[in-house]
Amino acid sequence: MRGWFAVLAALVCLGATKPPADVALDVLMAETPAPKLGDYRLFSDAGARRPNAGLTPYTLNTPLFSDYAEKFRLVWLPPGTKAGYATEGVLGFPVGSVLVKTFAYPADMRKPHDSIRYVETRLLIHQASGWVARTYLWNAEQTEAVLKRAGARLEVAFVDGQGRARTIDYAVPNQNQCKECHQLDKTVTPIGPKARNLNGDFAYAGGTENQLAHWTQVGLLSGAPTPEAAPLTVRWDDQAASVDDRARAYLDANCAHCHNPRAVASNSGLFLGVEETRPAALGVGKQPVAAGRGAGNLNVGIDPGHPETSIIAYRMASSEPGVMMPELGRSVIHQEGLALIRQWISGMKAP
Amino acid sequence: MLKFATVLLAAIALAGVSHARTLDVAPGPDAQERIQTALLDAKPGDTVQLAAGRYELTDGLSLDVNNVTVKGAGPQTTVLSFKGQKGAGEGLLITSDQVTVRDFAIEDSRGDGIKSKGADEISFVNVRVEWTGGPKETNGAYGVYPVSSTNVLIDRVVVRGASDAGIYVGQSKNIVVKNSRAEFNVAGIEIENSMNADVFDNVATRNTGGILVFDLPNLPQMGGHSTRLFRNKVVDNDTPNFAPKGNIVAGVPTGTGIMVMANRNVHVFDNEIAGNQSTAVMLVSYTQKFDDKTYNPLPRDIVVRDNKIGKNGWNPQFSGGPMIAKMMGGALPPIVWDGVTTFAGLPDVVNVRINDGPVLNLNLPGPGQVEQAKPSVAKTIGGKPVAEPSAVVLPKRQADLSA
Repeated sequence: MRGWFAVLAALVCLGATKPPADVALDVLMAETPAPKLGDYRLFSDAGARRPNAGLTPYTLNTPLFSDYAEKFRLVWLPPGTKAGYATEGVLGFPVGSVLVKTFAYPADMRKPHDSIRYVETRLLIHQASGWVARTYLWNAEQTEAVLKRAGARLEVAFVDGQGRARTIDYAVPNQNQCKECHQLDKTVTPIGPKARNLNGDFAYAGGTENQLAHWTQVGLLSGAPTPEAAPLTVRWDDQAASVDDRARAYLDANCAHCHNPRAVASNSGLFLGVEETRPAALGVGKQPVAAGRGAGNLNVGIDPGHPETSIIAYRMASSEPGVMMPELGRSVIHQEGLALIRQWISGMKAP
Repeated sequence: MLKFATVLLAAIALAGVSHARTLDVAPGPDAQERIQTALLDAKPGDTVQLAAGRYELTDGLSLDVNNVTVKGAGPQTTVLSFKGQKGAGEGLLITSDQVTVRDFAIEDSRGDGIKSKGADEISFVNVRVEWTGGPKETNGAYGVYPVSSTNVLIDRVVVRGASDAGIYVGQSKNIVVKNSRAEFNVAGIEIENSMNADVFDNVATRNTGGILVFDLPNLPQMGGHSTRLFRNKVVDNDTPNFAPKGNIVAGVPTGTGIMVMANRNVHVFDNEIAGNQSTAVMLVSYTQKFDDKTYNPLPRDIVVRDNKIGKNGWNPQFSGGPMIAKMMGGALPPIVWDGVTTFAGLPDVVNVRINDGPVLNLNLPGPGQVEQAKPSVAKTIGGKPVAEPSAVVLPKRQADLSA
């Protein structure tokens, strides 16, 4: 019996010491999406808990709210290539790059590192013809994720940060919906990995380090200045930052992928990116155009000093299709984000 | 060489035609995923054919492939019901060019019915969009909603119950809306911030307001101009305004036939306009505050002529209206113009030519300054002639759809 165990252990060790196959660049570059996430060999285990060699985890200072899901992000660049630094907009990722984002729920948000259930893993792959978006849905056993192109609804249960049991109707986007958010000038593009949003610390295995500095050091990024010289989007929940900076960071991450002159909501004339300076474009005193019942019987996007009469806050406070904003990517209200925007509007002075 | 290229081109064209496929979808379980998969799988030239029956959908559908036709078996027989919709801002979203949707119905979408954004050569043919519970503030805003598009065809479309506009074309160019019916909406048909629109042979009835032509500030495309409204039947628009406040159409008086707000070069002729209790035709300025130096809030170069105008204006539903009606002996004249001719430094000369009459000119000194009205009635208003825009011509593929 003991001998049998020893053999088994030896086999396991053998398995572990054998270097895993490299990321499958050919599969990433293929026009036809791979049927299973595992086909890309982005992870060295079936459950995608262990990233393959060459993948670097990252985080964003202020991310999009996605129904309280945890998001685990990874970047992979073809060997020998680097992303080009850009002060504004997304870094210049070379062809062959892949951005990996797994949406997950811990059983209890108060213990965020325990019993984590993966829901879906999304890939943005930079192919020769441009970026493509793909979504892989995890099975209940957490052993396999399969391609899902047409979207899905899933019941997800967890205990929230306040200890309340919650069940949400989680929406996996269809392929077109990926593009609805991930586009500029009708072309698919990443949203998050901008210098300003990466300019923060990450707890790497080898110690905590600024992400821009780390990417430069490990050869992922060229042309970046020191972190102090790079632009910075504050963390939306950083109590040490000003409410204005936090609110603008929040709107940038949660709204500006559509509310941008080059994106899906361009026709609204409401532009919520951090670069926007015109009060009317930000919604101050601006009447709705095509909001329908989303206007909630209110007259303007932002009524300075009055979140209760500001359409932006009204739509964030809804979970009803046709009213709620963002239209995609959430089914529940982000109470903490809503509180921030209300606080921001409350503090605005009438022009 | 040239010859070789021609042959090659012909071969490619032929290949394109021979590869056009029909992707069939039937009602039943998983309709959401099956329709959406067909919309993703379609290649340019393909048709997604929705068999007769009722499809119960739980999320918005979307199409992002050029040159695809989505076709049902008829607007009464192929019904996409969004009663159980949990997400997305519309029933069907189209973001690609040269798309035709035809011969089916969208019911009870939580937001807009069918929206197309930045989709050139978009055609809506023989489509019905309806909120089946009748006019309600909680209905979606727009029935068919092309926006930011060039070459828009809306033909034989029926929309009922939209809490904003049944047929709404926004920030677009080169537009034809014809043979359609809009009823029980707040606005029947609305052309907004758009250039070159022909709206004809439609019926707009039982709405709050029949047909609107607007131009609004603070939008990427402003300066709407060159719209012709003709041979429409704009009758019995009598549904009390049920738009959520804040929306611009919430200000449309119940019982308005045709309303032009801001905008330039609008020609209203040969329509039948009757049974609208507020007024047959209303020409007004944009009255809300705005912060946009490039915007002109006045209607200008407007022609109203040769309309068949019946009984209108007997119970006007706007402030000051009933008082003026009383002064006029019980009813307003069929045409009402706010009479604003200048606005803060704008160089445009306001020219209005109204051959139909009589006309109530409110002679307001500025937009919305009703307290300073000096109402007068003229038989006609004889502005300078305004050259009529030439007929809108759509690309052949779209023109053929209406043939």
